[in-house]
Amino acid sequence: MIAVDFLLLLLLVIIAVAAISAKDILTSIMLLGSYSLVIAMEWVLLNAVDVAFTEAAVGAGISTILMIAVLTRVPRFEKEPKEQKHFFNLFNRSELLALATVVITGVLLISGTWDMPAFGDPNSPANSYLSPEYIERSYPQTGSHNIVTAVLASYRGYDTLGETTVVFTAAICLILLIRSYKKNER
Amino acid sequence: MKDDVILRTITKFMLPFIQIFAFYTLAHGEISPGGGFQAGVIFSSSFILIALVFGKNNARSKMPKSVNDILLSTGDFIYAFTGLFCIFTGGLFLEYGELPFHSAKEGNHIGMIIIELGVAITVAAVMMTIFFEIAGKEDD
Amino acid sequence: MIEFIADKYNFWIAIVLMMIGFYAIIAKHNLVKKVIGLNIFQTSVFLFYISISKINGGTAPIIWHPEGHAEVVYDNPLPHVLILTAIVVSVSVTAVALGIIVKLYKNYGSIEDDEIKMRELKEPELDSK
Repeated sequence: MIAVDFLLLLLLVIIAVAAISAKDILTSIMLLGSYSLVIAMEWVLLNAVDVAFTEAAVGAGISTILMIAVLTRVPRFEKEPKEQKHFFNLFNRSELLALATVVITGVLLISGTWDMPAFGDPNSPANSYLSPEYIERSYPQTGSHNIVTAVLASYRGYDTLGETTVVFTAAICLILLIRSYKKNER
Repeated sequence: MKDDVILRTITKFMLPFIQIFAFYTLAHGEISPGGGFQAGVIFSSSFILIALVFGKNNARSKMPKSVNDILLSTGDFIYAFTGLFCIFTGGLFLEYGELPFHSAKEGNHIGMIIIELGVAITVAAVMMTIFFEIAGKEDD
Repeated sequence: MIEFIADKYNFWIAIVLMMIGFYAIIAKHNLVKKVIGLNIFQTSVFLFYISISKINGGTAPIIWHPEGHAEVVYDNPLPHVLILTAIVVSVSVTAVALGIIVKLYKNYGSIEDDEIKMRELKEPELDSK
């Protein structure tokens, strides 16, 4: 189980690095779609089935097709900047600076996980505060077998109202940005 | 792409199954993984499939702009109206236990079903809107 | 030592992915590549959250038999709910970012951010249509 988990995560890192360094944007988008699919598999492995369903439908489905739809309007290939490259001909100066920033931030974040509770600990603070009550009371109070749906729709219903409004706002933003009302269309 | 016989036939064959799968996911939201968001996305993917194979104007004629715009706000309205209705029958905002059914458990259950329907309608209309606005030629 | 790594490698790989996405946002010039980096960044944060919610020997949080479920260990369902909302918010952010990219291309004729900056400095009064 740990071996499969580790192999999937390693595959994720390889796909992510390949997705951001391809020159053809269509290749990057295809790799991003397969990244979403592999991370959906990882979530089935971690027993988060609702999240895996949503990620496979939304991430690998809708997000990929939206980015391909943008490619009908913008150019398809990335342009090479004309600066001089150091360090085995891979990075130029601004990219080296970005790499240094990223490495320092990563080291700081990893040092922050040094004292975290172990992976899979049933007594960690995240797993013992409110969730046992939700697991106990969700079937007698709402009659639903899926605890995630019961929490999403009934115990945290207000957040779901906010999320529906966020999705609605994204559609309104796109209508305002792109839709054109020419005189001969009316 | 509309000249390809295999694509046209398979699309016409698969479309009702995709939409029924979307309704199945919505209806089984509390027994198996699923729920409103996933159902809305799967339903909108059937219209996006029509747009990919038969052309954007063809797909737009099946879901015109006016219907799409009305459906956008209908789902959110159903959700918020259920919450307000709970205030009218004596509870707090979105307290489904106070809806006029037999018991608090049944009120919770039916309230959850109604709001999942609202969420699915809004998410389906939003995904269709976003795709049809972004895709297109330069001189649109 | 091996046990320490086996306890924490999920979080470390989530941080590595986060940094790959962060690098793509700040170092790439193409705007669509920046949006791809943003997506990678967001999904790595979700991986971090779901790794917190796993319990050893737990199963998916769906109740099969409501009578005898006192002995079954379920995974923590609360982070799953948060991540469901976050996935939908992430696709909304991607959609609005792509809409802005389409408008920028219409105005400036390019989607590399250094070219857009050069054209903005030369003619700062570009208006659409």
